[in-house]
Amino acid sequence: MAQVAYAGASRVYPGAHSVRAVDGLDLCIGDGEFLVLVGPSGSGKSTALRMAAGLEDVDEGSISIGDRDVTHLPPKDRDIAMVFQSYALYPHMSVRENMAFSLKLRGMSKSEVNAKVEEAAELLDLTKYLDRKPKALSGGQRQRVAMGRAIVREPSVFLMDEPLSNLDAKLRVETRANIAALQRRLGTTTIYVTHDQVEAMTMGDRVAVLRDGVLQQCASPRELYDTPRNVFVAGFIGSPAMNLLTLPVDGDGVKLGELKVQLPVRVEPGEVTVGIRPETLSLVGAAEDGFELQVELVEELGADAYVHGTLAGHADKIVVRADGRTPPRLGEAVRVAVRDTGEVHVFDPESGLRIGAE
Amino acid sequence: MTARTNRLGRSALTGLTWLVALLFVFPVIWMVVTSFKHEVDAATDPPTFAFAPTLEQFTTILDRGFLPYLANSAFVTVLSTALVLLLGVPAAYALSLAPVKQTSNALGFFLSTKMLPIVAAIIPLYIISQNLGMLDNVWALIVLYAGMNLPLAVWMMRSFFLEVPTEMIEAARVDGAKLPTVLYRVILPVVAPGIAATALICVIFSWTEFFYAVNLTAAQAGTVPVFLVGFITSEGLFWAQLSAAALLASLPVMIVGWIAQNHLVRGLSMGAVK
Repeated sequence: MAQVAYAGASRVYPGAHSVRAVDGLDLCIGDGEFLVLVGPSGSGKSTALRMAAGLEDVDEGSISIGDRDVTHLPPKDRDIAMVFQSYALYPHMSVRENMAFSLKLRGMSKSEVNAKVEEAAELLDLTKYLDRKPKALSGGQRQRVAMGRAIVREPSVFLMDEPLSNLDAKLRVETRANIAALQRRLGTTTIYVTHDQVEAMTMGDRVAVLRDGVLQQCASPRELYDTPRNVFVAGFIGSPAMNLLTLPVDGDGVKLGELKVQLPVRVEPGEVTVGIRPETLSLVGAAEDGFELQVELVEELGADAYVHGTLAGHADKIVVRADGRTPPRLGEAVRVAVRDTGEVHVFDPESGLRIGAE
Repeated sequence: MTARTNRLGRSALTGLTWLVALLFVFPVIWMVVTSFKHEVDAATDPPTFAFAPTLEQFTTILDRGFLPYLANSAFVTVLSTALVLLLGVPAAYALSLAPVKQTSNALGFFLSTKMLPIVAAIIPLYIISQNLGMLDNVWALIVLYAGMNLPLAVWMMRSFFLEVPTEMIEAARVDGAKLPTVLYRVILPVVAPGIAATALICVIFSWTEFFYAVNLTAAQAGTVPVFLVGFITSEGLFWAQLSAAALLASLPVMIVGWIAQNHLVRGLSMGAVK
């Protein structure tokens, strides 16, 4: 009973040059769903989350939680809990008091508060630290306290604003999995904001990509990856990013150097933007069909190596995934082929939209 | 080699620090020592350390009616500081965490009240006090000291409030707290060291204020600084008595400062964020 629905919701910052931080957002998050809002900085993802929390005004449109219109309700009346990027713990309170604060404000009895706090502490492995102040905790422990503060309230929606960005890389991966597992267990509707597309892909049931306050696409991680709706989503999702080249149409395909690439969809004569993921390309022997690439940088990641280079006669950079054990050398010219032309994405260079239904 | 020069440099620095500290503390030591002397020993030149200590000066001072002045000072200081906090804390909150368009003008206005030298205002203040029948009245001093300290206190506390992380306040709002709860249970505990520092400054300023006190009070409402200048007479200075009185006058502030010190050094936000 707790789906969250944005209906044409906008946040406009007034001023001489009024800024539409979130522009006509239409988005429905199902009951129990884990939705990730992702986008570069300034895309309005945090603003969208804060609108649901009631910390930011909704200037146009509406937001509802469950079957209640919460557009103009204060945060405390929305039955939500939020985890902040900075954790925002109360420094003068112990871990126990931090988690109990909202329950006490609700007038819950002392024994009930204690039971709930201890249950949440158990779940988050914080029992040992209940009587410590936040300053005596590590970053990871503080993050868990912030989670605990949200969990004890048993809200109908969790709102998380980049809760992992202050953790180091190893802990972030660990916590990422823990949060996802916890959400599945509790089954609480969750909106999670991140700029990290790996977090978005691994955690979300669905991922909503925002850019300049406008929703670009909202789909499952697989769908976003396989059929990005436009050039922006194509370039944003995936690491390293998809190679995007605008090329003249040549019959039923395009030419990458001397390699003719057949396009999976029919295109009109003129120009098209072609998107090829680094793993769709591979290094091949000199005798085989392919185009020539001048190697400018090799990133060795162990299992894989990413070869950065320039296509002869083009300014565009191209990244190719290669075997990590036999990477090419800098300055070397390598031959690159397209593994599967069915995995080539085609976009309209004017509108940036994907060409072809599927 | 570097270790040795380091140690040498450090001892030199330590020596210098001691020297500067002694230089600053010397008048205080001199005052304390002189207050236990007979007036004859106090007048010797060069000053002597060989003297028979006495409490004579302290008893003289108490006989001359020091206590009423002390009571006046304490009353005026405590009440004016309380008034400053009562008015200043909400003002500082509004000017830092709930700013509006005119906030910077309001801040400028507060500061501008400190730009007029007190001397320039003393004649109107005197006449107003006279017309209100408030001459030689502690309440007039309480109002004036609160007015004198308020702008500074608002500016000081504002800077402490500004350091309160906004996300913490938002977290409290999401947790279900209304404004008074946010203010008293979340913000105030975090800025408490800053408020203690501000209160200490107000206490010191009110306690040592002389100009208003000497012009607007006499026997009834006189404060400690007014009592002190009573020792500068046409028959000459009574160093020992003056020192004893000054020692008694500065003791309360020293004690308050010493108590507040622990609160002052405590970190402000203590791990709220990151």
